[in-house]
Amino acid sequence: MRHLEVDPRLVGMLGALAVIWVGFDLLSGGAFLTPRNLWNLSVQTASIAVMACGMVLVIVTRNIDLSVGAMLGFIGMVVGVVQARWLPEVIGLEHPATAFIAVAVGVALGGVIGLMQGSLIAYLGIPSFIVTLGGLLVWRGAAWWVTQGQTVAPMDGRFRMLGGGIEGAIGATASWVLAALACAAIVAGMVMLRRRRLAFGFPVRPGWAEGVLMGLACLVVIGAVAVANSYPIPVGVARRMAEAQGIAWPPGGLFIAHGLAIPVIVALMVGVAMTVLATRTRFGRYVFAIGGNPEAAELSGVNTRRSLMMVFGLMGALVGLSACIATARLNAATNAAGTLDELYVIAAAVIGGTSLAGGMGTVAGAMLGALVMQSLQSGMVLLGVDTPLQNIVVGLVLVFAVWLDGAWRKRIR
Amino acid sequence: MSTPLVEMRGISIAFGGIKAVDDVSVDLMPGEVVALLGHNGAGKSTLIKILSGAYRADAGEIRVEGQVADIGTPRDAKRYGIETIYQTLALADNVDAAANIFLGREIVTRWGTLDDAAMESATRQVMARLNPHFRRFKEPVRALSGGQRQSVAIARAIHFNARILIMDEPTAALGPAETAQVGELVKQLKAQGIGIFLISHDIHDVFDLADRVSVMKNGRLVGTARTSDVTKDEVLGMIILGKCPEAAVRGPGAMADS
Repeated sequence: MRHLEVDPRLVGMLGALAVIWVGFDLLSGGAFLTPRNLWNLSVQTASIAVMACGMVLVIVTRNIDLSVGAMLGFIGMVVGVVQARWLPEVIGLEHPATAFIAVAVGVALGGVIGLMQGSLIAYLGIPSFIVTLGGLLVWRGAAWWVTQGQTVAPMDGRFRMLGGGIEGAIGATASWVLAALACAAIVAGMVMLRRRRLAFGFPVRPGWAEGVLMGLACLVVIGAVAVANSYPIPVGVARRMAEAQGIAWPPGGLFIAHGLAIPVIVALMVGVAMTVLATRTRFGRYVFAIGGNPEAAELSGVNTRRSLMMVFGLMGALVGLSACIATARLNAATNAAGTLDELYVIAAAVIGGTSLAGGMGTVAGAMLGALVMQSLQSGMVLLGVDTPLQNIVVGLVLVFAVWLDGAWRKRIR
Repeated sequence: MSTPLVEMRGISIAFGGIKAVDDVSVDLMPGEVVALLGHNGAGKSTLIKILSGAYRADAGEIRVEGQVADIGTPRDAKRYGIETIYQTLALADNVDAAANIFLGREIVTRWGTLDDAAMESATRQVMARLNPHFRRFKEPVRALSGGQRQSVAIARAIHFNARILIMDEPTAALGPAETAQVGELVKQLKAQGIGIFLISHDIHDVFDLADRVSVMKNGRLVGTARTSDVTKDEVLGMIILGKCPEAAVRGPGAMADS
């Protein structure tokens, strides 16, 4: 275990997740650990997970963003109006470019709102709690104003793929190809890192430990794809697809797998990109240095204000992306979308080991945190637990997780 | 006489109407150690923060090797080879030694990503010179002892070929053995021709290391003297009373002779 040099807290979180999954599976009589439920769980987690990646950096700089849920509502409305009302008049209904334009508008709008809030925080020195609390009210109100409260539906066909569902899954073959690429990237990355450390004569893990880690990482990838590929699309839809392609419907039926859902792939790509940004770039290094000691960062010549503004801009852009995922999944833009999301996002980051005191946190942890939260919620729905009781449990788990993390950290110090 | 490495002439700065530094002039020759002494609140740290780019002076000029230097940010100061070790050490506690040493000046690969291996390698080299027993390269700085943290702060300053080093209360947080170690290091750097400003409110810390002392009181310069020309008691008189001895060059803040 010592030779593997893995973060014990990450192992702890995976253990907690395993306990939750197995526990719900036993309580629900085997309904939790089914391809269908796990696939839905992954899609439900995507929107929160994307935002949690940005929230980690915000919290690492000793700030908070309470406005993400309201921003999601506002951006979702704008994205909905753009594709369902404006673009059909300009370039026609179901135009191939509609989805791209809608997503670009969402991400850009989120980025602009984030930069705006960030500049108030960084350059005018208004506490982020206040700026984003104001933002929470402003953007929730703005979401209503976009259409005077009307729900906008339906969304563009290609845009809906972002929300998952049958059209929003890439199928079995493409999923295996992705899995192979991911495994190749994992192995290549670890080999390169090891070579580089050896070239400088630094200590490295023993070879077998490196192999075990590679194997485990690839196993997780392959396992996830295997689960997604064993969830078949409904018989009726499969029959229609077969007929459309001129394939005779065999008497035993056809097994057509969902494969990985597009929102899940998007979330994972965001996770990888944000991890690279946080750990492998100057910007990420500065974000953590600011969180550890803002004065030291400033005296070292880091432009702390600009970095802080950019962190909020990035958070906003990710909210824009999440707004697209949430709107596509619902196939409608409503001004109540994203209500309470800020709390789930913050909770995901905090359960994932992000310290509210700043300077500490990982993107992977936050995404796992989002998965833990969503697992709890989805498991309780499966068990038929009442909504009020669900909230009570989630609240208690949040407090307990943070206490546990703090106690652990004190012990190792 | 050769050109001073640094010359600060007639420097003044006020915060909300209070003159923290008032018409102070000091200079520093290559390979020389100048101690800047005075009580807490005498304006030493403020003066030095002007040199290191944390504050901008209201009046006065800074010359580096005879040329007028425009220093507005810490980045500017570093460009002139001026490195500062702050009293608080100014380390980011949550990242490792290499990240602190290269903070703001990271080595990047040709794809623009951080080259951690190259930075760790450079860190191992510079730390081997300063503190050969240092092994904890992968741990956050928070986990290090006071002396180890001090050597990280010093490594950060000297790794980038500083010509002028400012040390603000360098031994305030250290035990006797570590203080002696810092003293050794000062001598070593001095031999390399680096000019050093030592700032302290405790004369015993720095008297033996310094070639000259400049004393400040209430934001004004009392005087400057060679340590070989004055006694510790006379310097104490400068610090406490503002009384300038015969052997010192009088500053505007010296007590009038009665």
